[in-house]
Amino acid sequence: MSGNVLVYLETEGDALRKPALEGLGAGQALAAALGVECHAVIAAPNAASVAAAARPMAVTAVHVIEHADLASSLAGPHCRAVKAAAAAAGAEWMLFPATILGRDLLATVAGALGAGIAADATSIDVDGDAVHITRPVFAGKAMQIVAAKRSPFCIGLRPNAFAVGADGEPGRVETHELAASGDAPAATIEEVRAPESRDVDLTEAEIIVSGGRGLKGPEHFHLIEELAAALGGVVGASRAVVDAGWRPHSEQVGQTGKTVSPRLYVACAISGAIQHLAGMSSSKCIVAINKDPEAPIFKVADYGIVGDVFDVLPALTAAVNEARG
Amino acid sequence: MKIVVCAKRVPDSAAKIRLAADGKGIDPQGVEQVISPYDEIALECAVQLKEAGTATSVTVLSLGPKESTKDLRKAMAMGADDAVLLIEDRPFRDPTATSEALIEALRELQPDVVFCGWKAIDDDSSAVAGLIAAGLDYAYASFVVKVEGADGGLRVSREVEGREEVVMVPTPCVLTAQRGLAEPRFASLRGIMQAKKKPLIEKPAGGGENASELVSLTEPPARAEGRIVGEGAAAVPELIRVLRDEAGLL
Ligand SMILES: Cc1cc2nc3c(=O)[nH]c(=O)nc-3n(C[C@H](O)[C@H](O)[C@H](O)COP(=O)(O)OP(=O)(O)OC[C@H]3O[C@@H](n4cnc5c(N)ncnc54)[C@H](O)[C@@H]3O)c2cc1C
Ligand SMILES: Nc1ncnc2c1ncn2[C@@H]1O[C@H](COP(=O)(O)O)[C@@H](O)[C@H]1O
Repeated sequence: MSGNVLVYLETEGDALRKPALEGLGAGQALAAALGVECHAVIAAPNAASVAAAARPMAVTAVHVIEHADLASSLAGPHCRAVKAAAAAAGAEWMLFPATILGRDLLATVAGALGAGIAADATSIDVDGDAVHITRPVFAGKAMQIVAAKRSPFCIGLRPNAFAVGADGEPGRVETHELAASGDAPAATIEEVRAPESRDVDLTEAEIIVSGGRGLKGPEHFHLIEELAAALGGVVGASRAVVDAGWRPHSEQVGQTGKTVSPRLYVACAISGAIQHLAGMSSSKCIVAINKDPEAPIFKVADYGIVGDVFDVLPALTAAVNEARG
Repeated sequence: MKIVVCAKRVPDSAAKIRLAADGKGIDPQGVEQVISPYDEIALECAVQLKEAGTATSVTVLSLGPKESTKDLRKAMAMGADDAVLLIEDRPFRDPTATSEALIEALRELQPDVVFCGWKAIDDDSSAVAGLIAAGLDYAYASFVVKVEGADGGLRVSREVEGREEVVMVPTPCVLTAQRGLAEPRFASLRGIMQAKKKPLIEKPAGGGENASELVSLTEPPARAEGRIVGEGAAAVPELIRVLRDEAGLL
C-alpha cells in the first residue's frame, strides 16, 4: 500500500475546528508510519482565507476548495470537494472528525469511492503492512480492533482522542474547483434556527460539569452552570434530567446521548447508571459529588465527595474561582 | 409513500458486556437483545407518518440472526405492516458489507423513504445509513428530530451542533433518527395479536466481502482505583489540592 493520507479539516467561521487539528495530528502520524505524504483539504466558502490564517501546517499540500455551497452542513457538496482533493493528493487513507458533518462525510465519501470504513477511532496503529484501527463499541464497554482490508480506506476520528498536529514547514497550496452535483435531487437547507449563544460542543469540551436528578429541578442548574463557568467548561446532563425537560437533549451524556472524553468530568447528583457511565467513563479525570456513598458513579470516579450538592457546589465554585485567581 | 425502517438487534443498553473466550465476540449469556433505540424511534416516527396519512406502508428490514424475528414481530406489533429478515451467516460483518446486503434488499423493496437510526448502539459506527444513501444515490438527511409531509418529499428538522436546521428532502431519501423525534409506543395486546398474522419474509443476507477485518475485541482500559476525598463542603479544599497536585488540572 503506498497511497497518501488526506485529512479533512472542518472549519467554523474563519478558523479550523479543534477536531481538525487533531485530525492533522493523526494524519501526520499515520503518514509518517506508512512513509507516505500527508495532505489536508479545506472546503468552505472562505477556504483560502482559513488556510492563510491557520497556523503553518506540516503537510505536503493543503487542497483548497472554495464555493458558496460549502457553507452547507449537509455532506453532499463536501463529499464532492473531498473527491477532488483525494484525486489530486493520490489519497489512499482519508481521515474525518467524528463530528456531525464529519460522520456524514465519512460514510458519504466511503460510499462514493467504494472505500472501506472505520468510524470513531481512538487510535490508529501501523504494524508492518497492516493498519489497525481501535474503536470503542457498545458505548465504550469494549474496544474493537479492525484491520483495513480495502484501498482506499476512510477513518473517522473521535474528538479528544488524538494529539493536535505539529506546526511545521507549510506545504504548497493547491486550489481545486467544486464539481457540479449529480442528477439525483438532493436535500436542501431551508432555514437555520441558531441558538443565541453556542457553547463548545460537549464531545469537544475539555471540561464538563454534569448535573443529575438530585438537583431536584431546573431552577437549581445555575449551580452547575456556575461551576462550569468557573472551570472554563460546559454543562452536561443525565438522561433523567433531559427526559424531565430540565435541560436540552443536546446536553445529554451517555449511551443515547453524547460520548465524551474530556480532561475533567464532574458528575453532580448523578447516580452513575450503566448508560450514563457508557458515555463518560473514558474521561481522563472524573470527580463525583453524591450524597449516597454507595452510588455507582463512585466506582468510576478518580475523586469523590460524599455530600449534598447544595452545600458542596457553592463551596467548590468559590474555591475554584479563588484557585484560578 | 412507502417507508422501510432498518432495525438492528443489539444488546440492551443496560447489559453488562462480557467478552467471549475467542476474543472476537461477546458472551451472549444473560444479555437481553432489543431493537437498537434509535431504530425504534425511526419506526415510531414511520408509524406516525402512516397514521397521519403521509405514508402508505411501513416495512421493517433487519439483517441479523434468526432470533431477530422476535424483534420484527415486536416492530409489527408497534404498527409496521410487514418485515424482511436477512439472515446473517458471518461471525463478523463490517459497515460496508452490512450496507451492501441492506442495499440489495432495498433495491427490491423500492421504498420512497429509508429510515435508520443515527447509530446502532452495539458497533456505534453511524456509517450504514450514509453508505446506503450513497449506494442508492438517494437524498440524505441525518440527526432528524422532526418530520412532516411536503410537496415532493419530506420537510425535516435536523439537530446540528446545537442549531436546528429545516431541510427539504426530496424522495427517494434516507433519513436517520435522533432522540426527540418520537417516543416509541408500547405495543398493545391487539397489536401483538395482529402482528402474528403479518407477513415476515426470511432470506439469506447477501453483500460482498468485508472491507475491514475484526482483529480483536478487548476490555476497555481499566480505570485506576479512585477514592473519596471527604464529606460535604469541608472536603472542597482537599479536592482542589488533588485536582491541582495529582491530576495537574486547574
Ligand atoms: C435505552 C436507555 C438508554 C439510556 N441512555 C441514557 C443516557 O444516554 N444517559 C443517561 O444519563 N442515562 C441514560 N439512561 C437512563 C439511566 O438508566 C438512568 O435512569 C439515568 O442516568 C439516571 O439519571 P440520574 O443519575 O440523574 O438520576 P438518578 O438515578 O435518580 O440519580 C440521582 C442521584 O442523585 C443523588 N442525589 C440526590 N439528591 C442529592 C443531593 N442533594 N446531593 C447530592 N446527591 C444527590 C442520589 O443519591 C442519586 O445517586 C438510559 C436508559 C435506557 C433504558
Ligand atoms: N444489521 C442491521 N440490520 C438493519 N439495520 C441496520 C443494521 N446495521 C445497521 N443498520 C441501520 O443503520 C443504522 C446505523 O448503524 P451503524 O452504522 O451500525 O451505527 C442503524 O441505526 C440501523 O438503522
